[in-house]
Amino acid sequence: MMDKPWNNKAWFFILPVLVLVLFSSVLPVMTVVNYSLQDSMGVNNFFWNGDAWFRDLLDPGTEIGARFADALLRTFAFSFAALAVEIPLGIAIALCLPRRGWAVGISLVITALPMLIPWNVVGTMWQIFARQDIGLFGAALTGIGLPYNVTQDSVSAWVTIVVIDVWHWTPLVILLSYAGLRAIPDAYYQAARIDGASRWAVFVNIELPKLQKVLVIAVLLRFMQTFMIYTEPVVVTGGGPGSATTFLSIDLVKIAIGQVDVGSAAAMSLVYYIIILTACWIFFTVMTQLERRGDS
Amino acid sequence: MSLVLDNIGLRAGATTIIDGMSLTLRRGVMNVLLGPTLAGKTTMMRLMAGLDQPTAGRLLLDGKDVTGLPVRKRSVAMVYQQFVNYPSLTVFENIASPLRVARLPTAEIESRVRHAASLLRLEPLLQRMPAQLSGGQQQRTAIARALVKRADLVLLDEPLANLDYKLREELREQLPPIFAETNAILVYATTEPTEALLLGGETATVWQGRVTQHGPTSRVYRQPANLAAARVFSDPPLNELAVDKRGAEVITAAGRRLPSSGVLANLPDGHYTVGFRCDDAALTRESASAPGFAGVVAVTELSGTESFVHVDVGIGTWVCLVRGVHDWQPGAAAEVSVDMHRAFAFDPAGNLAASPAMAQTA
Repeated sequence: MMDKPWNNKAWFFILPVLVLVLFSSVLPVMTVVNYSLQDSMGVNNFFWNGDAWFRDLLDPGTEIGARFADALLRTFAFSFAALAVEIPLGIAIALCLPRRGWAVGISLVITALPMLIPWNVVGTMWQIFARQDIGLFGAALTGIGLPYNVTQDSVSAWVTIVVIDVWHWTPLVILLSYAGLRAIPDAYYQAARIDGASRWAVFVNIELPKLQKVLVIAVLLRFMQTFMIYTEPVVVTGGGPGSATTFLSIDLVKIAIGQVDVGSAAAMSLVYYIIILTACWIFFTVMTQLERRGDS
Repeated sequence: MSLVLDNIGLRAGATTIIDGMSLTLRRGVMNVLLGPTLAGKTTMMRLMAGLDQPTAGRLLLDGKDVTGLPVRKRSVAMVYQQFVNYPSLTVFENIASPLRVARLPTAEIESRVRHAASLLRLEPLLQRMPAQLSGGQQQRTAIARALVKRADLVLLDEPLANLDYKLREELREQLPPIFAETNAILVYATTEPTEALLLGGETATVWQGRVTQHGPTSRVYRQPANLAAARVFSDPPLNELAVDKRGAEVITAAGRRLPSSGVLANLPDGHYTVGFRCDDAALTRESASAPGFAGVVAVTELSGTESFVHVDVGIGTWVCLVRGVHDWQPGAAAEVSVDMHRAFAFDPAGNLAASPAMAQTA
């Protein structure tokens, strides 16, 4: 065996993994592809439909196309809003956490707590919390005279969903940033002190560049998760009022399960998937390019 | 014109980190702090810089009391073992950073940075980012930053430790002349006795938060004032032999009787520790006529022109220097003969009792 420079028997070792991947990813995705190219008249009666579902979906002139464009815009807006709050807030809180002593463990555990709560529990908690009659948050805002109403007012609904996501997932950004900050050698801070650099200069010239790597990961993770948001709006607002908080995933479920419009839903899933993939690829490329220009 | 540490102490809770340290560091000479890792060199530098404040004693800069003065009000520059540069700034901006903080005019900044860059051969790299530089270039950038500031006190904390051998030699040669023209008080911390000897100037040996000896480097090497200083300033480690002197003989810990010769000859009776460096221990295959110690070879380190043979002589392991590359296999029988005329004798308190230099002056 050793006389050959390569040995094709090695392929047998990865065969189990290939079989597993086939059943866990390739076959389900191919089923969706299959649905997206066919039309069905009920019980296993399929016929070829070509790219018609996709053409309808991507044409804002059609009903489904308009719905899809709206939901897509809404989802992007939501991701942007959530990231715009969570990333700066996470870094700011990470900077305030203690760096040594007994307080480190306690503050990290308290910070991480929201992340440990399941999505629908978070949704239920906030649904009650935001109620105008018995919810602390809703009643308090109403009490001070703000026009707050999750079920009637789309601004209230939006703010609530963003606040929920911020509450639930800023801890992830905090923990990642904290780990990144801890990895900066003390010598950098000392050098800055000897230079007489201001706190702001230390943040801009040392901490932020050194955090770039973890921030790439934080932004990627948070983008993917916010772009796929489903549970919280379903539980708290049900996608309403109207369609104000109907994000892509909610619309998808409505079309697939509510209307049993399998072809449209399948086409939508694939487009949705490709959008996430592309957006992540763009993020990753841009941020690693920035990184290569800056730090090692 | 000097920095004076007057009985400086630093304690954290119940532990004493720096204990009653007095030291005078003069301008225009290379002041070397020599000591093993964790001896307190970096802590001393932090105190000198004003990054930490001492819990006892005073710090005088050119006769002026600067104790308690925060670091930004002092004129200090520091270079670290790690290559510390601002990751998002170019080499030029990195070197210019202390001058920008000091709000110097742009033309002045430009000329100072160019000058420092030419001394450290960084001119072609000024527009690069630190990540695009080799380790040696990164450290030269950090050194240039310390240079442009024209600080009164320049602290170099093991600046060459993370560089490879060739770069280290090159930069070590360049450093003293580069800083000589700044007229700053130069402090250089190192763990390597060889580096201290190469740098020359004055050396303070540091051991467990104390300065055990301070003086011109070659004198400290040739005449260590105490056992701690001799141990710190020996690489390979100092060989030691505990003896009990009684009249014309000395008795080793293993009960062997030897004639009291060399440094021991004129000492009063009592217990002594004889210390000798590896080049004063000769190695032979069989027992020679000189008072020898039979032992077994433990390890042999080859360094090209020399071999360091570690020999277990029953009362400890000694290192012997043999010129050239020799094939001393572990387990081989060997005989170590000690040149007692070149050894040091320390009394039970660890202070120097007799040395070759003292014998010459007597």
